[in-house]
Amino acid sequence: MELRARDLSHEPVIVQIEDLVVETAGKTRFPVLKGVSLNIRRGETVCLVGESGSGKSVTSLATMGLLPKDALVVRSGTIRLKGENLLALSPSAMKDRRARDLAMIFQEPMTALNPVMKVGAQITEVLDLHSRMGTAEKRARVIDIMEQVHLPDVQRIYDSYPHQLSGGQRQRIMIAMALILEPALLIADEPTTALDVTTQKQILSLIAELQEKHGTAVLFITHDMGVVAEIADRVCVMRHGEILESGPIREVLEQPKHVYTRALLGSVPSLVPREARDDASGASVIAARNLGKTYHTGSFLGKKSQVRASFGVNFDLSPGRTLGIVGESGSGKTTVARSIMRLIEPTEGQILLDGDDIAHLSPSAMKPKRKKLQVVFQDPFRSLNPRWTIARSMTEGPLNYGMSRADALAEAKRLLKIVSLPEDALGRYPHQFSGGQRQRIAIARAVMLKPDVLVADEAVSALDVSVQAQVLDLLAELQRQTGIAIIFITHDLRVAAQICDEVLVMKRGEVVEQGPASRVLHQPQHDYTRALIDAAPGRFWDFAAGKPLVA
Amino acid sequence: MTNIDRSAADKPLALRLLSMVSPAQTGLAPFIAAIMLLAVILLTIFSPQIATHDPLAMDPLMRLKPPSEAHLLGTDGYGRDLFSRMILGGRISLLIGICAAVVALGLGVLIGLVAGYFRLADAIIMRAMDALMAMPSILIAIGLVALNGPSIGSVIMAITIPEVPRVVRLVRSVVLTAREEPYVEAAMALGSSTPKILFQHLLPNTMAPMIVQGTYIIASAILTEALLSFLGAGISTEIPTWGNIMAEGRQYFRINPGIILWPGLLLTICVLSINLIGDAARDALDPRMKKRQA
Amino acid sequence: MLSYIFKRVLSVVPVLFLVSVFVFLMLRLTPGDPAAILAGDNATPETLQRIRDAMGLNEPLLTQYVKWIAGILRGDFGTSLISGVEVLDLVAKRVGPSISLAVLTIIIAVLVAIPMGVIAAWKHRSWVDYLVMSFSVLGFSVPVFLVGYVLLLVFSVKLGWLPPQGFKPLSAGIAPFLERAILPALTLASIYIALIARMTRAAMLDVLNEDYIRTARAKGVGERRILFVHALKNAAVPIATIVGAGFALLISGVVVTETIFNIPGIGRLTVDAVLARDYPVIQALILLTASVYVAINLLIDLSYSLFDPRIRY
Repeated sequence: MELRARDLSHEPVIVQIEDLVVETAGKTRFPVLKGVSLNIRRGETVCLVGESGSGKSVTSLATMGLLPKDALVVRSGTIRLKGENLLALSPSAMKDRRARDLAMIFQEPMTALNPVMKVGAQITEVLDLHSRMGTAEKRARVIDIMEQVHLPDVQRIYDSYPHQLSGGQRQRIMIAMALILEPALLIADEPTTALDVTTQKQILSLIAELQEKHGTAVLFITHDMGVVAEIADRVCVMRHGEILESGPIREVLEQPKHVYTRALLGSVPSLVPREARDDASGASVIAARNLGKTYHTGSFLGKKSQVRASFGVNFDLSPGRTLGIVGESGSGKTTVARSIMRLIEPTEGQILLDGDDIAHLSPSAMKPKRKKLQVVFQDPFRSLNPRWTIARSMTEGPLNYGMSRADALAEAKRLLKIVSLPEDALGRYPHQFSGGQRQRIAIARAVMLKPDVLVADEAVSALDVSVQAQVLDLLAELQRQTGIAIIFITHDLRVAAQICDEVLVMKRGEVVEQGPASRVLHQPQHDYTRALIDAAPGRFWDFAAGKPLVA
Repeated sequence: MTNIDRSAADKPLALRLLSMVSPAQTGLAPFIAAIMLLAVILLTIFSPQIATHDPLAMDPLMRLKPPSEAHLLGTDGYGRDLFSRMILGGRISLLIGICAAVVALGLGVLIGLVAGYFRLADAIIMRAMDALMAMPSILIAIGLVALNGPSIGSVIMAITIPEVPRVVRLVRSVVLTAREEPYVEAAMALGSSTPKILFQHLLPNTMAPMIVQGTYIIASAILTEALLSFLGAGISTEIPTWGNIMAEGRQYFRINPGIILWPGLLLTICVLSINLIGDAARDALDPRMKKRQA
Repeated sequence: MLSYIFKRVLSVVPVLFLVSVFVFLMLRLTPGDPAAILAGDNATPETLQRIRDAMGLNEPLLTQYVKWIAGILRGDFGTSLISGVEVLDLVAKRVGPSISLAVLTIIIAVLVAIPMGVIAAWKHRSWVDYLVMSFSVLGFSVPVFLVGYVLLLVFSVKLGWLPPQGFKPLSAGIAPFLERAILPALTLASIYIALIARMTRAAMLDVLNEDYIRTARAKGVGERRILFVHALKNAAVPIATIVGAGFALLISGVVVTETIFNIPGIGRLTVDAVLARDYPVIQALILLTASVYVAINLLIDLSYSLFDPRIRY
């Protein structure tokens, strides 16, 4: 696999966006897009890449004519599709162009399909609206496109409702619906962000395959540099409503001109695993022995069923080291984290904290142990009580364990400095901080109790890549200073490679492989681990160094 | 976009309530409603000063008179001044509304917290609430008043009991959602005790919906009181309330419909204002809580 | 599916049991001698004794309850303390007018309210929306009896278009029935329309914000099809729920409306029984209406799978 380097200069330009300005509606006009220009040729993929709030989705919605009417308006500029200015079209003419000349797929395949309509009917609806085919002909056309997107058992899926399909299958339905009339332009807005990496890989290659076949121009919106490296012919880097830099993929990745692009590329964690640090002490601070959790469902009349959310988890972790638990959604990694935290009670095995089994302790017996075991959650917007000041949130733990308020506040001040937040943050509320800042506050709150073990449950997954890098650095720094042991739950192999000494790979509740990160991620033994690594987007490229990775 | 919405809902209660006062944010309706409600309240509070006649003084010679200079809105079947009776009647009606709301909220929040947090209690409590919901509130209310006698206390109780299950359901659903929040789990990890989590983390979450629900209860309690009196199952007829005045007007409806219409109008203005303020409070406090709890 | 229906029907039992306990205890737990309460202030000792015997008030509570509930399960709701007639006969005679009134009301309300809510959601923040919302808030704020009297005043007293009071069954012909039933039905429908329109609007607004509506727009689906094909079916579950929950409102409305329009139905029976403290009748009415409420909401619950394929049993 390598970067795309196709010469498309002989192909006609399909889309031409010029000087597009979008502002918020209402009296106070706030610019959201400040003059965006780009063009896409037939068969070409242009990636719009940027962090949240950069305006990349607004660009795509403006092109589709789907900006939320009462919130955003196009002030000036043109969007030409095959030479025709879309912004000058009447609403009904624009409605007619959609699906026929330009189509769009969205981020959330789980919610993008109408839950009460069969998927076959939803694809057929496109033909109902834009063609005059007979019923049999329509059905044949729909079956054909469903086969083109490689759906299995097409006849059955035709009559299925969305909730009966997996996320990947739903995204294939979306693609089938978008491409059935062979539009000149396909806009894909983060179409794989909500999917697991292995599914993501399949969807990306499907889009590339169909693009090849139909000569579709693709505008691909993403925040993930790995995905960009996989599929882009050209890249536009966006920030604050402006395109800072654009060019052929190789040029941008090898010689980024703009300082922001360089910073963005530098923040992408490398897939090359770090060397495991020396295990000086050898004594384990936390360990799991055959840990498992089985959920029993079913009522007194219904059939009883059980789900083994996780089982057979074993590990030893000594101070100052980091254990990564890696897996896709439904792998049971979060169940393990919640068991270790004793937010739920495991059904099998032991959790040894300093040698004592805490797996079945009562809440009151657990209380003195909780001090040593702290947690940071994924969503920075929900992990702090919105009604409490930062000071109150941060001192909650120490006050529970009898520290005086003055001492707790002094400690909170000290820690805020360490996580690079101003001292006056103590008197403010969570909504006054950004996501990254809140996550740093959550980390500071967790270490207020001087725990021995920190469980980080997807703690950087909701953050933009540059913020993610800062938070990972902070964790590393805290670990160096305090010798805390970290259990890091993640779906992202890049993150795991960067910070973990040891890795534990889970699939459907089971540990399939574990060992030093440098071995597991470099020379995987298990097929599943290999598949996961294979699927990691852009794995052939070293973004920070700007050159291909040599294996 | 979602982040903007969320941070609006995350702001502390006081800040969100403040935004309600600004007409630029909410339009004119809540503003006008607040002024109308204030007028009604002042009218009833100062009714002894404003009243043109003794609201209880009968005058057999002046029965069922149309509006005149002496009697602003005319007189009732005993020759009593309708205007004076009407503004005095508002006192009891408003008092009953506020008491019913306070009692229903107090009971409902307590039961709802328990039901939301303790799984065992939940099943039993919710079945009992289902049963209470299944009985038409007006039937329970008139049944209770018929049995306990027409005192203000029994009317308040009769209005309150059917309201409790709605509050319980609302509080429970808020608690069930909130207890899954990471910050509640973080509090458990930080060693906070169950009562501390219940009262310091979960209870404040119910404040916003309770303020909104409270205004709706006041409104519906005023209506129910009128309904009870109208059916002859309300507070003793010697005390003028809006319901009692209208109930007495029934038999004279063809001669002097004003006896029903004027107090009815004032009551409607009052309840309407409270409902509009409730809607505005709901929009200001929680953009996500769009549906009226019915 | 069948086992689900069975389970749902079974789950109704504890609710109805608790209702019966509430109804039973309401009288017994009232402070004072229940017989004295029922008999009123100037009762003779003989009357008191007669009431005690009729209701078995001298026995222990549990025995009383078991006897009472056993009777009800056999269809024996006791006899009226006032007229001495079997309660069930009394109720059976009055049920017809109330049911026909309720059905007419629901038809009017659904036909008016759902289009109102849909249009308000579609034209969100336009004058149509504000008009619908104003009507809806007003519907919640006016006492039902006031609506009734205003309608009576305008259409019967002033305009003389419709007879003021009374009732003719549907068997007497559609015109005579409608002539007398339309004002009470409109009175009753006012609050119901407010409730359903409001919920329809809220549910539609929620649905119109969903991703799949955006998908439909991206396909080039027109507004009307988006509203009535894509959105309304998705909003059906909360709308159906509110129609069921609103049934409680309907019952209190029936009590008032029948009093104003002098209709010999269940509502009038209730008021008469309450004023006469005819407790066996009150008990029976609360039990019966609660059972009907529970049954209607059970049916609506079971009907969800018609609207939403994700709900399968």
